[in-house]
This record gives sequence, structure tokens and C-alpha cells, in this order.
Amino acid sequence: MANTAQPHGGLVSIPALLSRNAAQFGSKAAYREKEFGIWQSWTWSETAEEIEAIALGLLALGIEPGDHVAIIGRNRPALYWSMVAAQKAGGIPVPIYQDSVAEEMAYVLDHCGAKIVIAGDQEQVDKVLEVQDRLPEIRHIIYQDARGLRKYDHSHLHSLADVQAEGRAAHDRLMSELNRRESAIGYDDTCVMLYTSGTTGRPKGVVLSNRNIIETSKASAEFDRLVSSDEVLAYLPMAWVGDFIFSMGQAYWTGFCVNCPERPETMYENLHEIGPTYFFAPPRYFEERITALLIRMEDAGRLKKWLFDTFMELARRVGPRLLDGKPVGLMDRIKYAIGQVFIYGPVRSRAGMSNVRVAYTAGEAIGPEIFDFWRSLGINLKQLYGQTEASVFITQQPDNEVRADTVGVPSPGVELRIDDSGEVYYRSPGVFVEYYKNPESTASTKDAEGWVATGDAGFIEEGTGHLRIIDRAKDVGKMASGALFAPKYVENKLKFYPNILEAVVFGNGRDYCAAFINIDLTAVGNWAERNNIAYGSYQELASHPQVLAMIQGHVEEVNRSLAADEMLSGCQVHRFLVLHKQLDADDGELTRTQKVRRRIIEQKFGDLVTALYDGSTEKYTETEVTYEDGRKGSIKATVQIRDAAVVEVRTPTLEAAE
Amino acid sequence: MDGQTSTVTPDGRTIGGVVMEMRNITLRFGGVIAIKDISFDVRHGEIRAIIGPNGAGKSSMLNVISGFYNPQEGEVWYKGEKRKPMKPYQVARQGIARTFQNIALFDGMTVLDNIMTGRLNHMKASILDQAIWWGRAEREEVANRQKAEEVIDFLEIQSIRKTPVGRLPYGLKKRVELARALVAEPEILLLDEPMAGMNVEEKEDMCRFILDVNDEFGTTIVLIEHDMGVVMDISDRVVVMDYGKKIGDGVPDEVRNNPDVIDAYLGVAHD
Repeated sequence: MANTAQPHGGLVSIPALLSRNAAQFGSKAAYREKEFGIWQSWTWSETAEEIEAIALGLLALGIEPGDHVAIIGRNRPALYWSMVAAQKAGGIPVPIYQDSVAEEMAYVLDHCGAKIVIAGDQEQVDKVLEVQDRLPEIRHIIYQDARGLRKYDHSHLHSLADVQAEGRAAHDRLMSELNRRESAIGYDDTCVMLYTSGTTGRPKGVVLSNRNIIETSKASAEFDRLVSSDEVLAYLPMAWVGDFIFSMGQAYWTGFCVNCPERPETMYENLHEIGPTYFFAPPRYFEERITALLIRMEDAGRLKKWLFDTFMELARRVGPRLLDGKPVGLMDRIKYAIGQVFIYGPVRSRAGMSNVRVAYTAGEAIGPEIFDFWRSLGINLKQLYGQTEASVFITQQPDNEVRADTVGVPSPGVELRIDDSGEVYYRSPGVFVEYYKNPESTASTKDAEGWVATGDAGFIEEGTGHLRIIDRAKDVGKMASGALFAPKYVENKLKFYPNILEAVVFGNGRDYCAAFINIDLTAVGNWAERNNIAYGSYQELASHPQVLAMIQGHVEEVNRSLAADEMLSGCQVHRFLVLHKQLDADDGELTRTQKVRRRIIEQKFGDLVTALYDGSTEKYTETEVTYEDGRKGSIKATVQIRDAAVVEVRTPTLEAAE
Repeated sequence: MDGQTSTVTPDGRTIGGVVMEMRNITLRFGGVIAIKDISFDVRHGEIRAIIGPNGAGKSSMLNVISGFYNPQEGEVWYKGEKRKPMKPYQVARQGIARTFQNIALFDGMTVLDNIMTGRLNHMKASILDQAIWWGRAEREEVANRQKAEEVIDFLEIQSIRKTPVGRLPYGLKKRVELARALVAEPEILLLDEPMAGMNVEEKEDMCRFILDVNDEFGTTIVLIEHDMGVVMDISDRVVVMDYGKKIGDGVPDEVRNNPDVIDAYLGVAHD
């Protein structure tokens, strides 16, 4: 392979980083895993020895350079080692989602032509065996956990321990070949192949080179000043690019320790025991933990509840400011310090966040309240924006420049470009090589100059230089005035209110934006109960004047926040209605993953959409619904349409409502 | 009857010679005859089921094996020797462990502590040793904890290790009971309706654990079960009882086609 540059002292591959770590951090823990109730650990030099034994064993099984080795299972040290061992022996690791069904697995195994499969346990082995007839390429299946597999035909099935033992026995015979293979690895050779989850169409195999992974890991590790004493908990799927960067790339680059939970169900407990310093979780995770905490606080005694409420109020006010190093009064500082002892410390500890120095979230929009909750506890929670094709990092938030509504500045080495339609493009050393065996998709995603289309629309904020993602590019449109229309951005803002379950915003090609809103029956029902408002059904509650007034308050608040935003001030919601039925996947209004199907809703409730724009204050409508047993019926209702106050903005030529 | 040769089942398990034999057992409670002249054997490494309608005497039979009842007539042969009338703890020391139809765990104690009680027969340290916590007591505790952890890992109950048993749902309690029986490292495991009251998913899990225990540790299993589907799927041989009498004995297919059994229990044969 032609290497243009070898900038990092010959550290051109993960095996090379492993050798450096074994020499430099030999006696420091590299991996930990809880087993039999005790945290077992392996130092970097022990890790190097284990990996070498697997690599030699793979050679003994006849692995050839360029062979794909599929890795399937939950996060366990031995499976991480297997990936490095495969690389050492000249192979390409292909981690596969452990929860994929046999059919999905068959597609991936067939597409990459895996010769060897390394599986965690019987469950994964069974899936591979089920589809093996169609996959003549598979020569060997290796498993880690022998349980339940003793009776299986072992002609092509091996336990990982046996493979290692064979490797160790053949040490003298195969070592020179292993060294030869390892030294042949080039900077632009494939490091790993990761399959995108494929929400639309077949999964695509994203080929990432050593350059992609190492450059990205180096840059991002330096960005957050990660060091060898950091700790992470590896609990997200091994087949996901994030885990590969956090638990492999960055771990090998900086030499920090990767901790594997005992079982997926013990993750919370293990997190608490380990107390990682560097942590990633999707927004949903942060939300769930708050809900769990608040529910427990509801059951707490009065004093505790009062303490919690009082100090959380203080934390919301001063916590994020303290974190960002902004000025805070002396009294507040003292009170915060007291809160640290009684409330914040224990809450952080319970959540396993006592030692967190850097925490990231990404994947979807996070509610500002959720975001601020964690930050007010003194946790440096930040957002990043990334893709498999970028080896994760496109943008990330620097310390002290953290906000809920941006995804940060371009990561080191990343160039950003926004095209005329508003779509975000990037170019970086982490940009993937190609989609495996799929040149058309490669060509339509990555242009000749290396720019990659994200499929998301966004803009770079003047002044701060932060990127803000507003929507999927295909959903973004223009209003009649020419102003930008980004429905999902507005919908997310509305949905951050607990009372609003779902929102659908219209406005593409129209004079102003208008919205359908679904109330959250649990939250609003709870509110109604506390305020002695009687209701018999969703429909009745949804049309209650007080509920409408409450929702109007939310909408107007959203309008005020949109007005402050020069790009999206045109998206203020001028008129809205609360739908008389809940949007439902059974009626085709939502997808099975609970995403709104805009076009179908627009057609189905066409009369209501018209009413939003013709100035009427109420509209009689009938809607067909499907009951759970499959029968059809219809709901009749007179839906009220309300005007919401909007904030006048000077820029684009907007007409006020009516 | 050939009690010595060993056979290999189609799924690759080895079933050895007879390890336990019931010879003409009769058990009476006053005038009521619970078990009437029953004989059968249990081979090493097999899964042996005892089935029958309510009141057939299945649990009584299990209680005879576990030493809870001593039959008025008949003999229990264990490992080629006739067993003298024994107390349950003596039976347990011989390597026979059991679970109960109605869960018998200590609700206030954690899962781990409950499981550790199953190691009682492996504890040799005196009260004094235990009190000063030195030498043998400590070594034993470590060894026992290790065994308990192996079983916890095997039954996949790590996440409830420190949870008080009283807070657990029924299906998990059953699993904890099985764990407690397993840590005793029994040669014969007696399961009294291990799947009673479980939903389909819990039953499937339990089936898998029973098969895995038999497979991994080579433990001989005697189980009583109501769920016919389960019994026919997992057992090697089945004894059928009705009104205290044995009305069938053999591999599941033989039993299924035995007219007496069909009359008494199965009702209509399904095929």
C-alpha cells in the first residue's frame, strides 16, 4: 500500500498501538470485566499476550490476509481482543450487532464473505449455524462461552480458549509469520468494517482505514485531553462506530482502561462501581435516569424532598455557570458547596457519574431541561454530531461552550460546508474509504474531493461558529416568503414540554406555520386530576379550554424562542389545534418506531389543515380509526383552532396571522 | 433389567447405570394409601419425570426419595446399597438436593445469602472458627462464595445478587431456589413442579436451565411436572402415577401411547 504520510512514529495500526501500550503502560489495567461477582482485570502486557495467542490460533486455523472475521457478542474483553488479533493476523474485523436476527446476520456475513466467525455464546452460534448452509465461505466458528455447546459437532466449531492454546503451542512455528503479517499492515489498509444499521434498505458496509481510526482517535482524544488514567464503561453495541472509537481507537491511542459490565442488566450497578471518567450515552439514557430519580424522590420523606427541591433549584441557577467558569456570587458558591455534600454528590454517585470528566450525548435532539439537569450537577455533559462514515466525529462541543441547541464546532481536522439547500457536508481525515462492494452508494455519498453529504440540514451560527442541525435535509423546505422551513426543529421544541406528546408542523410553501398537537394523556391527565378537572376521554380532555390555554402558552413560548433565532424566526407557529385523536401507528399516522408520517397526516386530516389556513375558529370533522381488534370506527369532533401570539421580526417579509 | 450398561442419547449425553432404585414402595397415612407398591429406577445422568393427575401421589414419592417420609413397606436403594430410614438432612448429605412446589426461601435475605445456605453441608468450620473468622472459616467462606457465584453466573441472576428475595417476581424466585439446590453440588436433583405457575417465557427459560444443568454438571434429575408438553420434551423416561399406583413407565413416546395413561391423565392423544 502506498502511504503518503506516517506521522505518528510508526503507529500505523491498532496492533502497533498495542505493542506501544504493552511497552509503555505494561502493568497498568487495560481491560476489566466483572465475572463471578469480582472485577477481573488484565494489564496491557497481559492483553498483548492474550491477543497474540488468539492471533497465532487464527493463523493455525488458516486465516489469510484480507479475510473478514465477524465478531458477534456483547461487550467482553475477549471479543475486543479478537478484533485486534484478527488485525494482527492480517484480517479485517467485522463486528455485527448481537441482537440482529439470523436473517440480518446472514446478509452481513454473506456480503462481507466472512471466513471466520467469533461468537460470544450459544445464542450467537445457533444463529450462525442456522444460516450456515447458505454461507459456504464460513470455514470456522469460534465461541467464547462454552455453555450449552458441548454436544455440538466440533468439526468446524472451536472454543476460543482452545484456539488460544493451539496458538500458544504453535508459537515457535507461527511467530515469524505473525510478525511478517503485522509489519505489512499499512496506514491506509482497512482497520475495520462496520455495517450501518440500515433503516432504509440493506445495511451498507462502511470501510474505515487505520488512518481514519487513528487520526480521529488522536484528534478527539487531544480535544478532550483524554489520558491513560481515564476509565470507560463499554456497554454500547460493539458493532456501533461509537463503541469502536471509544473502546478501541481512543483506548489504544491513549492507553486508558475499558471496563465491561457483568451482564447488560447489571449496567447501572457496574457503572456505579466503576465510576468512569469518560462516558457516552444516548439522550434517552439521560432522560430515563432522571425519571427514575424523580419517581424515587416522590416517595421520599418531606425533609429529603424539600432538600432535594431547594438544592436542585439552586443547581439549575448556578450549576451550569460554575461549570463554565462564569462569575457566581459568594453566597451561591457556599450554598452550592453545601448542596454538593448533601445532594449533588450522592445523586452523581448513584448515577455512576462521580468521576465523570467528559460525558457526551448524541444521536437525537436532547431536551434542554434534561441537558441542564445533568450539567447543573456539575457533570460536563456535551453534545457531539457524528456518523459512521466520519469515524464518529464531525462536530463536538468544547468545554465551556456547551448549549442544548447546538452540536458544537467542527472537530479538529474536520471541514464543514453548507450547500444551497442547507445540507451539511464535511471532509476530514476520518472520512470512510468506501462502502464495501457498493460503488454507486459510495459515489452518491462521497464526491471526488472527499466531501460527504450528511443528509441533515443545518447552519453555522454567526459569532460562535457552532453547527446547529435543524432537520433531515429532505424534510426542510421554504415558506412562501422564502424563509427556511424546518418542521422537525419546531416539533422537537414543542415536544420538550411534557404535556405535548406529538406535534406536526405545516408551512412548506405557505405564508405561515401552523401545527397539529397531541397532548400527553399521562402528563395532562395528571395535571387535570390535581386541578379537579373532570374528563371522560382523550377527546374531552383535548378540547378542554384550560388545556387549550395551557398548550397555547407552550406554543407562544416556543415562538418567543424561535424569534430569537434569525434563521428560523419564520417558523413561528401562528395557528394551532389540538387533535381530537391520538396519532397512532395502527392508523398509519406514525411509523412503528413512533415517527410521524407527515404526508399521510396531511392527507388524512386535509380538512383540518385547510381550516388552519382559512381563518376559521372551529371545524367539524370525522376521522376513521382502527380499534385494537381490527374493527373500524369513526370519531366525530368539532376541533377548535387557536391563534398564537407571534413575535414580530424585522427580517424576511412575514405576514402576521390574519 | 440391565442396570449397568450405559447408553448415549441421540443428543450426545451419556446415561449410566442405575443410581437409585425404588423397590415396592408403599406409603400410608393412617388408612389412606398414598403410594401403593411402586417400583422404578433412576439412571445416572438421566432426566426422570414423575407425572400424574392431582392427588396421584407424585409429591409423596418425591418426599420418600428426599427422606421426608419413610415408607411403611419397600426399600430405597441408593448407589447399590439399601438405604436405612433417614432424616432429610442425612439424605441431603448423601448428595440429593431438592426444590419445593411452594417456594421455600428466606424472603428477608438476599439472593446471594439464600444461595449460600445451600452450601451448609460443605461447611466444616466450628462455631468458634466462624466467630473469630480465621483460617479454615475464611477459606471455606471464599470457596463457598466462589461456588455460589458460579451458579449465579450459570443461572444468569447476577443482576439480582443483592436483592432481597421477597422483592422478586415468582419466576425468579423459582430460579433462586434452583440455584440454592445446585450449590449443594448434588448428584441427584429433585424438582417439585419447577414450572408451576410460570408464563411461557419463564417456562422456556426454566427448561433450558434444567437441560443445561443436566448437560454441564451431569446431574441426575428427578422432576415432577404438570405441564405435559414440558415433560415429554425434556425427560428421558417418565413414570406415570394414578391413585398411588404406577400405571406407566418408559420413554415419553411409549408413555404417550399407553392406553391406561391416556385414560387416566392425558385424555385424548394429540398428534
